[in-house]
Parts: sequence; C-alpha cells; structure tokens
Amino acid sequence: MSAHGPGPAPFGRRLLTVTGMQALGDVYRVLTVADDGPDPAPGQFAMLAAAERWGGGEDERPYLPRAFSIARRKPGESQFLLEDVGPGTRRLCELGEGDQLWVLGPLGVGFRAPEAGRRAILVGGGVGIAPLALLQDRLQGDQTVLLGFRDGARSAGRELLRDAAVASDDGSAGHHGPVTGLLLVELERDQHAVVYACGPAAMLEAVRAICAERGVPAQLALEAGMACGFGACFGCAVPRRAGGYLRVCVDGPVIDAGELDRIDEHAGAPA
Amino acid sequence: MSVEFCGLELAHPVINGSGTFDAIAARRAFGENLLDGFPFAAYVSKTITLKERAGNPPPRLWEASGGLINSIGLPNKGLERYMSEDLPELARLLSAVASSGREQAPVPLITNVMGSSAAEFAALVEACDGLQEIAAVELNVSCPNVRTGLDIGADPRQLEDVVRVVRAVSAKPLIVKLTPNTADVSACAQAAQDGGADAVSLINTLRAMALSPGGLPGRARPWLGGGSGGLSGPAVRAIALAQVAAVAARVEIPVIGMGGVQSAAHASDLIDVGATLVAVGTESFRDPAAGARIARALQRAGAD
Repeated sequence: MSAHGPGPAPFGRRLLTVTGMQALGDVYRVLTVADDGPDPAPGQFAMLAAAERWGGGEDERPYLPRAFSIARRKPGESQFLLEDVGPGTRRLCELGEGDQLWVLGPLGVGFRAPEAGRRAILVGGGVGIAPLALLQDRLQGDQTVLLGFRDGARSAGRELLRDAAVASDDGSAGHHGPVTGLLLVELERDQHAVVYACGPAAMLEAVRAICAERGVPAQLALEAGMACGFGACFGCAVPRRAGGYLRVCVDGPVIDAGELDRIDEHAGAPA
Repeated sequence: MSVEFCGLELAHPVINGSGTFDAIAARRAFGENLLDGFPFAAYVSKTITLKERAGNPPPRLWEASGGLINSIGLPNKGLERYMSEDLPELARLLSAVASSGREQAPVPLITNVMGSSAAEFAALVEACDGLQEIAAVELNVSCPNVRTGLDIGADPRQLEDVVRVVRAVSAKPLIVKLTPNTADVSACAQAAQDGGADAVSLINTLRAMALSPGGLPGRARPWLGGGSGGLSGPAVRAIALAQVAAVAARVEIPVIGMGGVQSAAHASDLIDVGATLVAVGTESFRDPAAGARIARALQRAGAD
C-alpha cells in the first residue's frame, strides 16, 4: 500500500526535530517531526523519547521510550497523535517547534491491503485512531470509517480522518454508545468486508468477537507495554490462540484477529 | 582497542547482557542496517533451557524510578530447536557482520544456558561442546534448585559443585553469570573460580516488585504476572560497580561487568575496578545502537 514500500528502520535511534505541535480539540495533540527516514507502512510504529528532560518527572520517570503509531506521513515529515496520560506522554506533549526528539523506527508489521472486492471498515477508539489515518491515506477503493471516543472533548479526534462516523460513550457526539454499535450496523448491511481496528483492549475484544462470530476477517493493531520495540525485551507478550505468546513489536502490532484469544488489558503500556 | 578474553580476540570490550538483544528479531526489524552497525564484539544469546518455555504471563514490565523491572520468565525454544533453528541463523548473521564491515573474524557467539540441577546444566553444556559455532558458554545460575528452592548461584558450595560437574564435560570457555541476590557475591565468584570457571559476569538483575496501581490498603496486588521480577537500568549502576569491584579484587579469572551502563564513562568505571569486558543491557532497549556508541567513545578515549 505504501508508495515506496516500507524499508527497514535505520539501526539506532535518530535525533529528529519537532516542526509542529497542534491541538486537536482539548485533549489530543498532533506532533509533527522532520523525518527523512524510510516510508512507513500503515500500522507501523516508532519509539519516541524527548532528547531533553526525559527522566526526572513524576517518580523519576520517564525512562523508557514510548511506542506510537505513525499517524500520518508526508514527504519529509511524520506525525504522531498524543494524549497526556502519564509522565512520558506528558513530556512529549510539552514539546514545541525546534525541540529535538529521539525516534527509532518505523518498526513492526503493518496492515495488509484488503482482498480485491472487500470493503475496508476502519474502526478506531480514542488515541488508537492514529494508525487508521495513515491507512486511510494509503487505501484505495470503498471504505467506511467508524470512530469511538469517551466524550465530546475527545471526539475532536475525528478530524484526523476523513468522512468518519462517530460514537461517544457519553452521547455528546454521534451515536450514543460504543463504536462497535456502528460496526454491527455496517456488517448487517454488508458482511463482505475486512475490518481494520485499533483502540482500547475492550474495544478490540468486542471487534474480535463480532468478526469471529460472522467470519469477517479482521486485522487488529495492538498496544502493549514494551521497553524496546524491536524484539529484544520480550515484554510485550500477548497470548496466541494456538498457545504461547506473540511479541506485539515484531509479530505485530497488526495481528490477524484469528491468531488471538480473548484480548485483555493485561499488558498495559508505560504511559 | 582489541581485547583478549578467554582465548578470544575481540574487536573492543563491549558485549551484550544475555536476554537484552535478540539478534534474529533485530535482523527482521533493521535488515542489513543491523549488520553494518552491529554493536557488540561478542554476542550473548538469551538463556536456553532443556525444554521449551513460553515465559511468564503478562504484564512482564514495569517502568521503575530510573530503571525497569522485568518478569519475562526466560521464554525460549528449548535446546533442541535452539540448535536446529537459531544456531545456524545466528552463525550466518554473526559471520555476515564481519564480512559487511571491517576485516575481522566473525563475532563470537556465547550461548547462555540455565538448568535446575547440575545434571541439567551438564546436559546443556555438553550439547554445546562440540559445536564450532559456539565460542563460549555462559551459565545462568540465578535459578532455584528444584529440590531446595534456593538459587543455585546464591550458595557458594552449591555453585562450586555445579561448575565442577559442568567443567568436566566441556572444553569451551565457561562463564558464570553471578546473581547479585546473595549475601556475599565475591564468595560466589571465588566458588565459580574454584569449580573451574574461566570467567564470571555480573550483575544479573536485582529482585524487585511493583504493585498494581490503585490497590487498596491490605488488598495490594503485584503488577507483574510473575509476581516479582528483576530490576535493571541506571537504578542499579552503583550497586553493580560495588559488586564488580569486590569480585575483581577477589578472583584471578576475567570479569565481565554490567549494570546500568549508559555511557563510555560508566563502562570505564567498571573497567577501572577490574572488569575485562563490559556488557550493555537495558540501555540497548532505549537505543539498539547504544553498544556501538559506547564502544566508539571508549576507543576514542583510549586513543587520547
């Protein structure tokens, strides 16, 4: 799907410069960095750490870099979607134009193009909508975008994608209820589809169960606590249906739903 | 700045700590770029056990103050599949590193093994003995004895017995990875030397735990799926320096020092107190090329 094809990441983190930090509503921030690295596949991610004052925050954290999906890629520029949920994301949200950032990536296995004739349904939840933006940029053909948010402030995130139908937990924007309510309606209408999803564990589990019940293929972009992003730490394990574990960083983050058992909130990411 | 270690000629003194760098996975992530920038003068495998292990249930990580607590549980394919699948791939990869850059021999492979008895250790080490792909064997003795429940490496007498049994079945250089979770680490190093070890490496992670956030008084639950874990990173650096210094002062065999190394200055400290080699571990998680950066800076400092 990528214009140039995803090249392997450079070996070692790169020091890049922030070229923009825009608010997307009251909660989310879009971080833009000058990036001449390889073109990412949609669903790939990068490990980010601020070059200055990474550490010494709450509880002397952050220490490890944080994993973020690549939300958008333009020539010479990568974008990431941020939400302040802990000392690492808070520090990243503080960055401004001209600040420097360590970036390792692009990493991991991204989304695969739909089989010919299948409609793509993109299902995103909260800050997990990020990889779906790059996917939408690269997808050709019929597609449907369904995004769920906790509240009205977060629903401003819908602007990251085009033509999105929205659901909110508190009813302040779009459909009142989980985004999977919208997914059920879409699948009722036409099951000849492939579902691409990224969001909180509970949403992914609901998507997995809905798609499994109907025999609809689904590709899920998972999040898990990870220290490295390149298969070294073995921290980001998720149970594999066939037994054992998958590493989200190198076996994913995009994993076929059929490979997974029940998705639990068991591998919470460092925030 | 080449270094002689147990008969191996290494390009520089920086290697990886076992279980902190998966060369096969890194090859998938970085492709040929890994070969051009391979950071380590010798490569230490993750721990191999006789039988396959899935590892501990998640969560497996906790970001601590200035460090990381992990409870990974030594996932590995088991000896047989390590030999048939990983070893040929590692040998190819480590030879390709040499041929992609400077003129030097392939990066030596040190295979790390763990058993829960002397007999298990002996079986693992014996299997490595005849293989030219393996330059040396490291014993992970931070494991409970199946009968006593005590860590083999924490008890000098038990440790000496295990090393002696293993020594008898192997001509390869034997490195004993010492546990810091013991009353007297230098007594354990002495026991390893007396048993016939060619080198010791330290420190392994320090036993540590973290609680799930939001627990109520009296109802606190451990965060890690394995209950407790091991602490590494800058938080342990000063402890590592003290333990490496104590061990280097006690034994004649070479010492591999590690624990929270993030810079050439930290590596130099360990060398100054007697380490022959320095291993980079958790810092590689933050930057896979950290080992190369540290080796280059050591070389520059050595040239001044």
